[in-house]
Amino acid sequence: MALAQAHALPATTDTIVPDKIRDGIDLQINGEHYRHTGDPQMPLLWYLRDVLRLTGTKYGGDHGENGADLVLLNGKASSAISAPVAKLANVQITTVEGLAANDGTLHPVQQAFIDEDAIGCGYCTPGWIIASVDLLKRKKQPSDDDIDTLPNVCRCGCQTRVRRAIKRVAAGKAGLP
Amino acid sequence: MSDQNRNQGIRLSRRRFLQVLAGSAGALVIGIRMADAADTDAPLPPSLLGDTFYGIGAYVRIDTDGNVLIGVRDPDTGTGVATALPRIIADELDADWNRVSVLSLGLGVSNNNGQPSWIYGRQVGGTGGSISAAWADLRQAGAVARWLLLQAAARRLGVPADRLRCESGTVIALDGRRFTYGSLVEDASKIDMPNSVPALKTAERYQLIGNPAGDVDAREIVTGQTRFAIDQQYGDTLTAVVVHCPWPDGSLDGIDFTETLAVKGVVKVLQLNPEAGQQTGATLSTIAVAVVAEDTWSALKGRQKLKLKWKPGASNSESSDTLEQQASALLAGKTDPTTRVRNDGDIDAAGKKAARRLEATYFQPWLAHATAEPMNCLVRVEKDKATLVVPTQAPQKAWAVVHRLTGLSPDQIQISVPRVGGGYGRRLDHDYVAEAVMLATNKDINKSVRLIWTSDQDLTHDYYRSGSVHQLSVIIDHKRQITGWNQRMASASTLVNRGVPDSRLWTSEVDVDQLPAALVPNYRSDWYAQTSTMPRGPARSMPHLSNAFAVESFIDEIAHSMKEDPLDTHLRLLGDAREVPLSGGGTFDTGRLINVLKLVADRIEWKNWLHSVNGLGIACWHFNGAYVAHAVEIATKDQKLIVQRVVCAVDVGRIINPMGLEGQVAGATLDALSTALNLSITFKDGQIQQHSGKDYALATMAQLPDAVEVITVPGDRDPAGASFLAMPTAAPALANAVFRATAVRIRRLPLTRELSRLS
Repeated sequence: MALAQAHALPATTDTIVPDKIRDGIDLQINGEHYRHTGDPQMPLLWYLRDVLRLTGTKYGGDHGENGADLVLLNGKASSAISAPVAKLANVQITTVEGLAANDGTLHPVQQAFIDEDAIGCGYCTPGWIIASVDLLKRKKQPSDDDIDTLPNVCRCGCQTRVRRAIKRVAAGKAGLP
Repeated sequence: MSDQNRNQGIRLSRRRFLQVLAGSAGALVIGIRMADAADTDAPLPPSLLGDTFYGIGAYVRIDTDGNVLIGVRDPDTGTGVATALPRIIADELDADWNRVSVLSLGLGVSNNNGQPSWIYGRQVGGTGGSISAAWADLRQAGAVARWLLLQAAARRLGVPADRLRCESGTVIALDGRRFTYGSLVEDASKIDMPNSVPALKTAERYQLIGNPAGDVDAREIVTGQTRFAIDQQYGDTLTAVVVHCPWPDGSLDGIDFTETLAVKGVVKVLQLNPEAGQQTGATLSTIAVAVVAEDTWSALKGRQKLKLKWKPGASNSESSDTLEQQASALLAGKTDPTTRVRNDGDIDAAGKKAARRLEATYFQPWLAHATAEPMNCLVRVEKDKATLVVPTQAPQKAWAVVHRLTGLSPDQIQISVPRVGGGYGRRLDHDYVAEAVMLATNKDINKSVRLIWTSDQDLTHDYYRSGSVHQLSVIIDHKRQITGWNQRMASASTLVNRGVPDSRLWTSEVDVDQLPAALVPNYRSDWYAQTSTMPRGPARSMPHLSNAFAVESFIDEIAHSMKEDPLDTHLRLLGDAREVPLSGGGTFDTGRLINVLKLVADRIEWKNWLHSVNGLGIACWHFNGAYVAHAVEIATKDQKLIVQRVVCAVDVGRIINPMGLEGQVAGATLDALSTALNLSITFKDGQIQQHSGKDYALATMAQLPDAVEVITVPGDRDPAGASFLAMPTAAPALANAVFRATAVRIRRLPLTRELSRLS
């Protein structure tokens, strides 16, 4: 008795056509790979918030005036609303959600913001953190004048506490009493 | 629930009772019950008592594992109440703060024959009243829970409860035996309520109150996990963006949205109209067109393609310049004031004995709120239910808007209030909620809708703080005493069309008890009403922000004219430490104001005021039972103003969270400096001229001081709110410092522009 053919070949011999190569833009966000197939002109901000539902990056004005929409593009703090997805292929994108280690250990800047309670309403805080991470990468010991270059604004008045948080990181004291 | 005590609970107010509720899995839940018979027998919704933490309708829940969940009734707009209110309860409960988690309660409403019953009482955030209100009633929730746990332990041990003490989530007996709260809650939940509120802790036993605590949401915020309203949507949610008519009273004269509908993702274009007969803030203030789409980007692209023709209304002749000229004309004229706010002694008689007179006029610009999180609202309306996520300071007012527009019964409307990205008074009005509900109830939409205002809409369609003109004059007798004070102010009241009688419209513009009222024997303050079609609304620290600038600048001018140290002028005016009765109720403790003034003066080394290379300025103020003083040191370098040092001292009575208080005081100081230096709203031909953060630019890091030195005065009086306490005095202290450094007297804000005009 012949064995039943569990994997019989198809009876017909139509040509198998491979899937058409999909359109889209490859994006690297927080170490993950994504492909955007929608409007290439969509600003990164709306891709993050509406498509990926990564809502830590905030709408901060149509031109990113208050800095709440800052993300790291290849390590440089940049406005997510001013960056169309089309221009971001092969760019390393890091949002506030991607700063902490996989085990939950906070980035020193995040930890220092907690230590100094550098938080008002908290809406623009992710933008301040991104800008601070960028600054501290460029200047390990930023002066007050360096800190003055941060582009963010905040009506709750967290600026003096942000300054303390940045100095705390520079002094290697994030997470310490 | 047959027991009489349990049915009655402890009375919190005329209609609200504290009560033990039967939690699932043995949890102890201290909640609120309404007095109405209809409510008493109503089954509690499962979510209220279930294991799920979402929607817990009570203040305190202690689980068998010892975890404590504390509900917060007031929205946290960045004021720190989500941290401070639970700490007030947790302290009274002797809870272990590390085991406490905090939950925003959302709106508490039940149905009382078609009328709303507010389960948690007052629910307002960002108006400076949360802490005082919580102090009055929330401590009782903690005290009752603690009392029940003590009773449970006492029964288990067979000893009187007064032989036991509580510490950090544990009941401890004299012999050292310990029971965790978690092990007691099952028993405790079966014990009847005490007949009255157990004695509250005395101050020396506070464990949390008075000790610093960081924001409870800090970790979620710094990792981007906090979900503000703008971050939330339901599965089928459509996104709407709006464009409002540039004139508040204008109309839509023509629209072509063919190209908008051609944009992929756009679902619908709808016109939104203000409802007739509604009060300001309860409906749209201006006609608008909404583009509803599958996502934000599609909606924005669609909005760009709209071809709109707007028609101006009568407001098109209005300008902020003209209004200011009218205000000056009113004050220069002989007409009677709209309201004589206060009239002590006889200022005319005092004038006849004047040895010296001084007069000055101060000008304040219109201001916007410029919240970080724009106006937005998520709403789903079903046949018998509306579910909303609203960034609001006043969920009960938002409820009223939803109720009116949907006709749903009170308890069919669920409003959750996540952390709010700034309020400053803007979110006491709910035009954006009305818009979102109008969209969600449109028969062609039939899906949940989230409405997002873009920043240009926020800035050009705000409820503004009115500009104002303040004319001050003083009478000084031959003994150099200030014997007469006359303040005349003109502005457009915030309270017009808000259900406030005309005779009270002044209350948003000038405080009857503001400095130096009650200190000068002949004191008069008059208010002149202006009319304007520009929408106005509550603003941070109103009316003190504008008045303190005028009054505290003027006292500095008086000191200068008498060749006197401004600190001495203040101290002579304040006189001996004493309690002066206020006509608005309560007392003004001059000693507390003198104290904060001296504290900032000492810290900034005021003794050098005349000879310092830099300019020094001081100012003080009191309101809502709290006291504040600022000292500012400025330098000028290459024609640029540098705010070198800022010291602020506050006395709020009992300090709940020193870390939170410092943050609020530093934050309000920086906001006030930013506002004074840079900000003004102007309008011309009835249209707002500032469209983005570029035209209405909050101060940058570089413009602001590197630090704010905050001094908090410890006290044991009931706590006063602090969220905007430090707003009023920063600007006059700054302007007084500018005068000392440059000899330029700033009588008009914003300061940066005025200084360059005068220099």
